[in-house]
Amino acid sequence: MAEIIHSKKALAVNPLKVSQPIGASLAFLGLNRSLPLMHGSQGCTAFGKVFFVRHFREPIPLQTTAMDQVSTIMGADENIIEALSTLSGKSKPEIIGLVTTGLSETQGTDILRSVKEFRAAHPEFDHVAVVPVNTPDYVGCLESGYALAIESLIQVLVPESACAGKRPKQVNVLASAMLTPGDIEAIKDWIEAFGLRPVVVPDIGDSLDGHLVEAETSSLTIGGTPRVEIESMGESTATLVIGPSLGKAANILKARTGVPDFRFEGLMGLDDCDAFTQALAEISGKPVPEKIERHRAQLQDAMVDSHFMIGFARIALAADPDLLGMQVRFLTSMGAEIVSAVSPAKHESLTNLPIEKVIVGDLEDMEKQARAAGAQLVIANSHAVDTAHRLGLPLLRAGFPQYDHVGGYARTWVGYRGTRQALFDLANLMLGQHHEPEPYRSSYWADTRPGEQHVISSSAVGLVH
Amino acid sequence: MKASEIQALLDEPACTHNTKEKSGCAKPKPGATAGGCSFDGAQIALLPIADVAHIVHGPIACAGSSWDNRGTRSSGITLYKIGMTTDLSETDVVMGRSEKRLFHAVKQAIDSYAPKAVFIYNTCVTALIGDDVEAVCRDATARWGTPVIPVDAAGFYGTKNLGNRLAGEAMFKHVIGTAEPVPASSRADGLPTYDVNLIGEYNIAGEFWNVAPLFDELGLRILCTLSGDSRFHEVQTMHRAKVNMVVCAKALLNVARKMQDDFGIPFFEGSFYGVADVSNALRDFAKLIGDPDLIARTEVVIAREEARSNAELDAWRLRLKDKRVLLYTGGVKSWSIVSALQDLGMKVVATGTKKSTEEDKARIRELMGDDTRMIDDGSPTALLATYHEYKANILIAGGRNLYTALKARIPFLDINQEREFGYAGYSGMVELARQLAISMESPVWAAVRKPAPWARQKATGAVLDI
Repeated sequence: MAEIIHSKKALAVNPLKVSQPIGASLAFLGLNRSLPLMHGSQGCTAFGKVFFVRHFREPIPLQTTAMDQVSTIMGADENIIEALSTLSGKSKPEIIGLVTTGLSETQGTDILRSVKEFRAAHPEFDHVAVVPVNTPDYVGCLESGYALAIESLIQVLVPESACAGKRPKQVNVLASAMLTPGDIEAIKDWIEAFGLRPVVVPDIGDSLDGHLVEAETSSLTIGGTPRVEIESMGESTATLVIGPSLGKAANILKARTGVPDFRFEGLMGLDDCDAFTQALAEISGKPVPEKIERHRAQLQDAMVDSHFMIGFARIALAADPDLLGMQVRFLTSMGAEIVSAVSPAKHESLTNLPIEKVIVGDLEDMEKQARAAGAQLVIANSHAVDTAHRLGLPLLRAGFPQYDHVGGYARTWVGYRGTRQALFDLANLMLGQHHEPEPYRSSYWADTRPGEQHVISSSAVGLVH
Repeated sequence: MKASEIQALLDEPACTHNTKEKSGCAKPKPGATAGGCSFDGAQIALLPIADVAHIVHGPIACAGSSWDNRGTRSSGITLYKIGMTTDLSETDVVMGRSEKRLFHAVKQAIDSYAPKAVFIYNTCVTALIGDDVEAVCRDATARWGTPVIPVDAAGFYGTKNLGNRLAGEAMFKHVIGTAEPVPASSRADGLPTYDVNLIGEYNIAGEFWNVAPLFDELGLRILCTLSGDSRFHEVQTMHRAKVNMVVCAKALLNVARKMQDDFGIPFFEGSFYGVADVSNALRDFAKLIGDPDLIARTEVVIAREEARSNAELDAWRLRLKDKRVLLYTGGVKSWSIVSALQDLGMKVVATGTKKSTEEDKARIRELMGDDTRMIDDGSPTALLATYHEYKANILIAGGRNLYTALKARIPFLDINQEREFGYAGYSGMVELARQLAISMESPVWAAVRKPAPWARQKATGAVLDI
């Protein structure tokens, strides 16, 4: 049981938190022919766009209702309607995610009413789905904004029905914000190995995986979950929910459709992976394929090989709640010691973690704890590069944003193979900072070994036992 | 900030845009707007001041998705790289506790980082709920003894450009003229020292360090650069300069103009991109200072540097000659890049004129000839259409368009403030040439256009003729 401690500072220094509107937009970027529209000033969108472009190294569709001084004071409902009709006419999206910001929430916007007014004024755009979601940035973090968007998406697009299992091979996957495009691909392969057909919501593995397509440019997402598939989720045979942040979304889906669900806190480490594999075997009624058995055995081998380096390793972690939880459970299962766990926002799942405490705070909080506890490794996003540098520690990049490396978005963390690679990388980072003991020189040698020069050896590191 | 004050700032007599039909900034169109807000602009303008604690007062969105993403470099202290925000919670906003929180935040910043000054950036939410940031700054200054400066440029006030101007206004109102410079020590070579300022130079990727040694050599002491690699104290002393140079953009023109009005400091507009422009900038300094000996020495330095850089550039010129460029910056910044590209023997076939007036357009025609296409529409579709129509070889634009180009499989050069390479000065030209060649001469373009051996349909587009 972990105690949740709120950092009591007035000033957030080196913020870890990313806002809810960014999280909600990310969810909509995982849907096909979709477009997130932020209801706020144009800067909210411009910052979000740069944020995503630098992380994914992809062009990112993102629009704004462009609130200015007059509409901020006099009301910006017209901006919403104008933006929705402009985008519907020009870009022909299937889904527009209408995301609020701190500015419009403080103003007191009523987006549900505005969408109704848009429907009344523009029946010609009835075929465009509009998914409104309230995401003030003074509450929560990226992950919670993302979860709110999925909740609203299910409410708007999944009809209430009672035909669960009509498509016996189809399974729904509700995928948390902690999963990368590489993770989503691995999860889909995993499910397909049992002869099942996954509907992943949202599927950033299909839209943000970074692949060159024939179309030179598009004002909408290319790839991602198609709207018709979302609408068919009620006919699936089961729902796999990955990440505690999506618990509420899963409740809504279950209440609307009655599709039974299986919930997982994460998919890293042997226990997580085994639970997921077991669930797939139950749903499909098929035995576990040999290939997966082999991957499991490979992971076990890697665990044995790397436990020398990872056991007792003192690790400082900072990430959104789902990712933090998954990493903490994985690392402690390898015998590592978590000396600092910092999350930008609170989630009840954090209290179940097998560590003493979780701090709700920023990267400065993590830096202080890491220094005090003599941490050996930092796991956090790219903002922690300077932090790790000041601490003199290696950094394993995880979470949002990652902009100083290429390909962070594509990395696979989950599954037997993803876990194995994480073990290798962690072990290598620990080996890389192994220090040879300072040699002791006897005071009697002064006579027998005068002025001895040492050969400068290579920095290659041998096995550490 | 009152609407009338913003209107007054939009009215900039020294700006050529002012008298033409496109004065001020058009209202942004919902659903069809790109570009940053005033807060973004204000941060770009001031964040490079390296020994200041920059606190963003608002909920997380403003700082959370933007801190730690500027390409500006400091030669020493890097306090500006520490992200700071009051990260307001719902209770702060609803219960009106944000001013109090800001006051404590200032104390915390001063206690833990001992900054030379604290800048407070107002944001949309705090502007809307009516936080009196100016009063908090006044009280905090009195209480803690460290200057606390309000920068009132909330996002919804307007565009990024307006934000630059609001930031300049804050410096002029609260900082410039509040301290005196230390007199320059006399030089070993006995030459006189003249104090100058650079306004609107941000030392992106450390590029100004390419030029700085020439200033030292000529006896031009840079009292302050607003704001690349600068310190708070330097900004305070700007009013003692002999000459101001407004670098590239017009966004901080208001600062130069007001310093001319109030302190009688003459200014000129120039750029450090391209051999010809660097030389002209040095000449303009000498001319405005009016020392005949300095004018003569400047010519000697220019001749020496031009000869050296031409020798280095000749090999590149052979490779880049007659290559066709589509330049899209959406603003006047393009002029400075145009002359650099022409130096390299390249041809600019089209340029963005979205924010330009008729007078700007005339100047573009003068520089580039009558057949240059002017693009108003900066959408990816329009850019790519122009690229193909004019058979360009490379797109030069801001980072936002980087992946537009790469997805369309065309070479690209980033000239925005997030870029990693400095192009200023005589030696910066070689880096510019190298970066252009890296992208244009890359073998990947042919490879990514090649269909898979087993594919029956044709690949997209033709292989680029490079």
